Amino acid sequence: MTSLRRLRALPPARLALDGRAAADLRFIRETMERSAAFTAVPGKGGVAMGAVGCAGAALASVQTTAPAWLVVWVATAAVASVVGTVALWRKARAAGLPMSCGVGARFVGGLCPPLVAGAAITLALFRADATATLPAVWLALYGTGLLAAGLFSARVVRVLGASFLTLGLAAAGAPTAWGDALMAAGFGGLHLCFGAAIWRRHGG
Amino acid sequence: MAEPARRTRSTARRARTPATELDRVIHERARLGIVSALAANPSLSFQELRDALGLTDGNLAVHARKLEEAGYVACKKGYAGRVPRTEYRLTAAGRAALAAYLAHMESIIRAARAGGAA
Repeated sequence: MTSLRRLRALPPARLALDGRAAADLRFIRETMERSAAFTAVPGKGGVAMGAVGCAGAALASVQTTAPAWLVVWVATAAVASVVGTVALWRKARAAGLPMSCGVGARFVGGLCPPLVAGAAITLALFRADATATLPAVWLALYGTGLLAAGLFSARVVRVLGASFLTLGLAAAGAPTAWGDALMAAGFGGLHLCFGAAIWRRHGG
Repeated sequence: MAEPARRTRSTARRARTPATELDRVIHERARLGIVSALAANPSLSFQELRDALGLTDGNLAVHARKLEEAGYVACKKGYAGRVPRTEYRLTAAGRAALAAYLAHMESIIRAARAGGAA
């Protein structure tokens, strides 16, 4: 990691110099950043988020009012976000990857905008008394975020994003009564399966 | 056990060009990629390295073997469940070689800048 720090310390103007030496330095830096992204994806964190998602779906399915249902899912999202963030941060720190720059920042930068958009749309749909459409919106936007973040990470993250997006599209056309089941399949099942796969292939 | 170690060291020595002190073992682009990727991770599996670098299985195996022979990379074969898994990590010699290579590239750039400024 000392070498990576030395490369990051180089001013951009020097790296822009023509020639094989500058190209080699650029290649080394890019390769280190690209490959480091593989191990920064938390497998254990994904499994834990899946467990939280399953618990949230079970709780939400017994709620009788829309506000109570929404509160359960917002709380579930908050807990899962904390679990995922802590797992990502711990794994990135163990690999010597700062989250404030490089691949870590690009990963978070790709994931966050759709989630922020999701929060705004949730508020608007709740005020319009259209909470039945929220599972499709949440699944599709989370999938979009993972697809964007996956551009700077392992292929498995992009596959997970595409799976969420597909589930979101399915939820848009499915009966509204299936909402919790599709949410359980996505935020519970997909996280559990892909988290376990990442844990096995790329470490915890 | 002493024989392979002696061969490893001599292979690495032969790979250096005296005139430029450039390490030919890691100067090749694919091998430079392997060493760089391993420098950013404690270890990487064969599949992870292949995906990260976009190399074919055969190409990666050949270049990884050259790095192993030079003593820059250590290889550990095992199983993940029933699936064979080959794990690579950078040795101290490999890390030192990459650091030396980086220093060499920086010195080339410094010399170019000095030449341009003159």
